[in-house]
Amino acid sequence: MPEFDRKILVLFAHPGLENSRCNQALKEAVCEMSGVTFHDLYAVYPDFAINVKAEQTLLTDHDAVIFQFPFYWYSTPAILKEWQDLVLEHGWAYGQEGNQLQGKLFGVVTTSGGGPEAYQRGGYNHYTMNELLHPLERTAILCGMRWLLPFAVQHALTIEDHELVEAAKHYRRYLEAIRDDTLDLNALPESGLINTFA
Amino acid sequence: MLDLTSVLPLAIANADPDDGFLLHATVYLAAAVLAVPFAKRLGLGSVLGYIIAGVVIGPYVLGLVGAEGQSVMHAAEFGVVMMLFVVGLELRPAMLWRLRGPILGLGGAQVICTVLIIAGITMALGMSWQGGLAIGMCLSLSSTAIVLQSLNEKGLTRSRGGQASFSVLLFQDIAVIPMLAIMPFLAMVPEDDAAKALHTPHWQKAVLIIGVVAGIVLAGRYLTRPIFRYIAATQIREMFTAIALLLVIGVALLTQSVGLSPALGTFLAGVVLAESEFRHELEGNIEPFKGLLLGVFFIAVGATIDFPFLLKHPLGIAGIVIGLVVIKFVILFILGKVFHIGRDQNWLFSFALAQGGEFAFVLFSFAGTVDVLPIEVTTPLTLAVALSMMMTPLLLIIHERIVAPLMQNADAERHADDIDEENPIIIAGFGSFGNIIGRFLQANNIGTTVLDTDPEHIETLRKIGLKVYYGDASRIDLLHAAGADKARMLIVAVDEKEKANQIVSVAKKHFPNLIVYARALDYEHGANLFEYRADKWRHQNVGSALELGVDVLSYLGWSPFRAWRASRRFSRHEDETFKKLLKFREDDKAFFDKARQSREEIEKIFMADAEFKENPDHAWDNTSLKEEVSSQQEEQA
Ligand SMILES: Cc1cc2nc3c(=O)[nH]c(=O)nc-3n(C[C@H](O)[C@H](O)[C@H](O)COP(=O)(O)O)c2cc1C
Repeated sequence: MPEFDRKILVLFAHPGLENSRCNQALKEAVCEMSGVTFHDLYAVYPDFAINVKAEQTLLTDHDAVIFQFPFYWYSTPAILKEWQDLVLEHGWAYGQEGNQLQGKLFGVVTTSGGGPEAYQRGGYNHYTMNELLHPLERTAILCGMRWLLPFAVQHALTIEDHELVEAAKHYRRYLEAIRDDTLDLNALPESGLINTFA
Repeated sequence: MLDLTSVLPLAIANADPDDGFLLHATVYLAAAVLAVPFAKRLGLGSVLGYIIAGVVIGPYVLGLVGAEGQSVMHAAEFGVVMMLFVVGLELRPAMLWRLRGPILGLGGAQVICTVLIIAGITMALGMSWQGGLAIGMCLSLSSTAIVLQSLNEKGLTRSRGGQASFSVLLFQDIAVIPMLAIMPFLAMVPEDDAAKALHTPHWQKAVLIIGVVAGIVLAGRYLTRPIFRYIAATQIREMFTAIALLLVIGVALLTQSVGLSPALGTFLAGVVLAESEFRHELEGNIEPFKGLLLGVFFIAVGATIDFPFLLKHPLGIAGIVIGLVVIKFVILFILGKVFHIGRDQNWLFSFALAQGGEFAFVLFSFAGTVDVLPIEVTTPLTLAVALSMMMTPLLLIIHERIVAPLMQNADAERHADDIDEENPIIIAGFGSFGNIIGRFLQANNIGTTVLDTDPEHIETLRKIGLKVYYGDASRIDLLHAAGADKARMLIVAVDEKEKANQIVSVAKKHFPNLIVYARALDYEHGANLFEYRADKWRHQNVGSALELGVDVLSYLGWSPFRAWRASRRFSRHEDETFKKLLKFREDDKAFFDKARQSREEIEKIFMADAEFKENPDHAWDNTSLKEEVSSQQEEQA
């Protein structure tokens, strides 16, 4: 077994995987990677009956947590919300005694229909991706995790095949950098998308 | 020694020797059937109903029964014996042990105080100390039969007052034995044979008694279970009735033969069997006999009240009755305070026990035989005891209507009634279906009482520590014994349609407050359950078939979430289809024969399925979204 600097847990959520193009491609790029545990929440808990203990053990066993999901209604698909509500228990993930996630990295990998021109002031969606992801950012920080800028594949509805292949490669390299600790965390800017830096 | 035939003091008109047993049975039963429902309707309770019926058919009103009231009394005493057996069945040894304080403390104090005070009063009225003591002993006892029956009927047995009453009654039943032993010593004339018989072979008797008690305990522990299981395996219901009666009568005879009270013996047997899985079944089988015999006993009490004597000395007798009740009440009430029975409960306790008991009849007559008390004393006292017994139901009504409401306002915070083993859920049938739902509830700390008729089943389940009882849940008495009047829900999970329907209909009829959920073996059966007013039913296979369906679709490559949603949707569709079918059936009942109907039904089901397939949800399908965005981009370009 090769040793890695960080073990990565990808919490994947796509409720209609049979209709997915982008997330399917991204998933295929990383799900077999060594050092990465790819955890498909909708497949494991089709009835939403999340096993809290098992999820917490998974978290303890990893050093970085990635949410991968299609951007739906400016947020995550439902099961990721359910997961946060149930798994990030008071006294475990946060609160005076809750320090189990302290120091882990937390990143978001998402695909959105809109592009950069839509996600800005005056654009179709008025706010930037970073701003819309504030709830997740605060959640990560409250749990003592290091928040990473979002990795977003945009124009997901119209993206060309070769662009998608390129994005998938990027995603893989991004996870490798986290795993092997080659990403210079101190050099990351305050805003923007991580794909442009990784 | 407890042969009431020889001791009943009020020998009246001779019975016609040609009167058949059947005729008498008819008179008694008719009186009961006429009087008891009437008394209940008036809110007087069954005990008073029976006693009034006894008065009416007795020698002074209709004269339908006369001296044979005595012989009936003999058989009726057996009702008391059976009652104590049933009481024992409901008392696990652990609980009896818990009650040891009240039994010895409260019970002992009540008997000793009452004996001394009544002895003192009678001595002040001119009795010798021996006579006073004898009267005190006779009158210190209360009526187990009347008190327990009345409390039971009002659902008060498990209240604190009820439990205290029970403890005292139990002590009194035990105290009768030493009282009978002491009585001859109080005689002022030299002992006669009866007395000798009682106290000469002391140690032999002690050995015998210990032997019999040990025998009952050991046999109850080790012998009964294999025998019951063997009987249960025959699946012949009346065999169980037979063995239950055999058990009670046998134990009664055995204990009586060594000079113990038969009631005490059967009580002990009941306690020993309280842990048995056959407990509810035993109770169910004995219950009707117990009830009827007790009823006959109360009738006999009514029929033997000596009205001519009463009419001759109305004031004197009234004085004795009132004096007796008041003295007993005051003593009980003070003791209740000393022993910290709550306020309202202390009133209940004191009202309940303020009467003379059936054992007084025995003791008075015995006191007469051994020349402790003259007949001029025992006759009015025996009459007063009978009348005081008649007053008990009235006193309890006063408590219920007047005292309890007052108390309730006075102290709102009171202890809840002790509830021992009453589970909110009863499951009938612990086979493949019941066992899953039962384990599920147990795992979530919902107390369940389980009834099943397969002895082998029960054995295994008991081994893993579940409470399972043997018995047929379509019997009202068994449902009663299992606590159906207090439980919240009955789950019918038996695997025979007919049986399930029967249970549902019996339960709904006799326990209108009980919610009944049921397992349907198929849709046809579901429709039946619906007709029998089950509150909810589920097809036994739909749930698991659809779960396996999810597995199949997942294996075929569907995402599990999609497969799961499909199963939920189908389940909803299934419910709707069934509702349509029910309606279709009702509308067309008159036209179709059965075969035709089921063919039509299958067609309907397929048609409904075909419509349904075209209607899935869109499963986060973004195709239309993509098309729109692409065409917009083209326009812009
Ligand atoms: C229910 C739903 C909500 C969506 N909400 C948004 C949104 O708020 N912002 C956006 O940019 N795209 C939105 N989209 C577009 C999705 O982000 C896009 O379909 C998805 O990222 C494509 O990835 P996939 O091929 O893996 O399904 C939404 C799509 C769906 C089906």
